[in-house]
Amino acid sequence: MPTDSKADGFVVFDHVQKSYDGDTLVVKDLNLNIGKGEFLTMLGPSGSGKTTCLMMLAGFETATHGEILLDGKPINNIAPHKRGIGMVFQNYALFPHMTVAENLAFPLEVRKMGKSVREEKVQRALDMVQMGSFGGRRPAQLSGGQQQRIALARALVFEPELVLMDEPLGALDKQLREHMQFEIKRIADNLGITVVYVTHDQTEALTMSDRVAVFDDGRIQQLAPPDQLYEKPENSFVAQFIGENNTLEGVVESIKDGTALVKLDNGELIDTVPVNVSAAGERTKVSIRPERVEYNKERLQEGAHTLKAEVLEFIYMGDIFRTRLRVAGNEDFVVKTRNAPDQVRLKPGETIEIGWLPEDCRALDA
Amino acid sequence: MALPTYATTGQKIWHYSYLTLCGLIFFFLIAPIIVIIPLSFNAEDFFTFTPKMLALDPEGYSLKHYRDFFTNPNWQQALVNSVKIAPVATLLSVSLGTLAAVGLSQSHVPFRRAIMAVLISPMIVPLIISAAGMYFFYSRIGLQGTYFGVVLAHAVLGVPFVIITVTATLVGFDRSLTRAAANMGADPVTTFFRVQMPLILPGVISGGLFAFITSFDEVVVVLFVGSAGQKTLPWQMFTGLREQISPTILAVATLLVVISICLLTVVELLRRRSERLRGMSPT
Ligand SMILES: Nc1ncnc2c1ncn2[C@@H]1O[C@H](COP(=O)(O)OP(=O)(O)OP(=O)(O)O)[C@@H](O)[C@H]1O
Ligand SMILES: [Mg+2]
Repeated sequence: MPTDSKADGFVVFDHVQKSYDGDTLVVKDLNLNIGKGEFLTMLGPSGSGKTTCLMMLAGFETATHGEILLDGKPINNIAPHKRGIGMVFQNYALFPHMTVAENLAFPLEVRKMGKSVREEKVQRALDMVQMGSFGGRRPAQLSGGQQQRIALARALVFEPELVLMDEPLGALDKQLREHMQFEIKRIADNLGITVVYVTHDQTEALTMSDRVAVFDDGRIQQLAPPDQLYEKPENSFVAQFIGENNTLEGVVESIKDGTALVKLDNGELIDTVPVNVSAAGERTKVSIRPERVEYNKERLQEGAHTLKAEVLEFIYMGDIFRTRLRVAGNEDFVVKTRNAPDQVRLKPGETIEIGWLPEDCRALDA
Repeated sequence: MALPTYATTGQKIWHYSYLTLCGLIFFFLIAPIIVIIPLSFNAEDFFTFTPKMLALDPEGYSLKHYRDFFTNPNWQQALVNSVKIAPVATLLSVSLGTLAAVGLSQSHVPFRRAIMAVLISPMIVPLIISAAGMYFFYSRIGLQGTYFGVVLAHAVLGVPFVIITVTATLVGFDRSLTRAAANMGADPVTTFFRVQMPLILPGVISGGLFAFITSFDEVVVVLFVGSAGQKTLPWQMFTGLREQISPTILAVATLLVVISICLLTVVELLRRRSERLRGMSPT
């Protein structure tokens, strides 16, 4: 996590703390460095302080401690209306007494742009979200997805360099959500704007972002590109929060040559990658992704570690098989395998051997 | 109001007695107002129905009391005074009341409940107490007996209505709208006039109507704070009742009722229109 290379960040949170009541810290020592043109997502459970961070950036809340820099300049003392940051609100916040076109023209009018320029920009923004013919309607006459697109167009119409989005897709159904995810990503890339996006949907975070900041308890738990976040979680919170995860508990026996030997609670020994364990004797949670576990002997790679497992449940899901196993005392050990022609279909009660590569097996904090 | 077919006898009895009760209450409220209308066309100088009127004889009716109202300089001066005082007082109440309501709706304002209570108090304190207090206070600072003094006093009486109606509309006001406006670069004043004001307009209009009617109907405070130069219509009616008992009062009352009905209708239409603009009801 680069925390001291302040100079290159477009948006920089520098040791920011926030408390609403002067007692409990909602945001504890936030350090974040967002590059220009980056799509950064804040992901985290409810109440972890994501909206608070966004509000501090937009200027509606003040940081209790620390500094926020925008393009190298501290913005703690700049009024919200002078920051020039676009924002898509969770509930859209479209002005109900104005038509769609008037809503979009509002930021341009405030900037004293001429009528013809205004009309042209409004039309361009509406076309961009494929709502070109809706300018005369009122927000109440639009569907949720259409309102969402207007809110997006309104945040972009005055060409801000930085756009904040607070769970903008929260109210939409799955299909429209996926469509809009794609749309937002496409528009952001085309315009080259910097986006700070808040969500608690991990799929959304993984598919849209350049980097994801996983929040919990007012802190960033990990800041990484989606693939690293998923494949190389740095602590057990991130491993649990992002995607499906299998956890085996045990004690570190020894650490040498970049490998930690872990003695599981049922006595079995496995090789793991030590991530945040440092000494023998520490308790650890070992994390393995369900799709990195293999039970088909012919497919087991060389060097793979094997363990005995009992099949508890076999679920046919079409494209994949989802098998629940009992492994080293854990009854929620899940394996996902692709539905290939030669794939074995297991039956409950069978005892099998499973295996994985040691590098897919990460020893994290307990 | 039709009863469902499954209503029991008990429910039917209750339903009809309920309707009767409502009718009685309605009659009790409306009758005194309705009865003055035919009486104001009385050809005699009486407050009662003459035999000719009851026989619907056209000779029993006349417009003489209306003629009196429009020619008598006392009444004319009173009308002019009322028309000069009420709108200005309303304007003051509406601007101050709206600003107060908007300010007091912000959670960071200290002592907001206490401030609100003080501003609402003219509505709760007996009018005669407020009037006496204002009399002594305004005498001290030289406002007693002046036009501005009466306007100010009436504005104070109107402010609570505006605060209450505007506060009620603000309850449903989405704060993220003002944040959105600020985010798009609008300063607080622009935000207020372009975003907040249009949306709370129905409350402002209703409050303004109440403030206007308060000033237009008010007699106690103006008796204390005003002087002969600020004799309003209610004041003139009051003296008329005590001194000459002329049915001109009935003509004036009828006119006031008609004006009130027109005002209410216009304001209600305006309110509906702006409510439609807020997108709260289907177009
Ligand atoms: N205005 C406020 N006054 C006091 N406490 C607040 C305020 N706003 C938020 N909080 C508290 O701050 C914490 C973080 O809130 P925040 O809204 O930032 O969470 P979030 O990560 O956006 O959650 P969600 O995913 O539910 O939107 C919560 O515990 C919340 O109760
Ligand atoms: Mg939130």
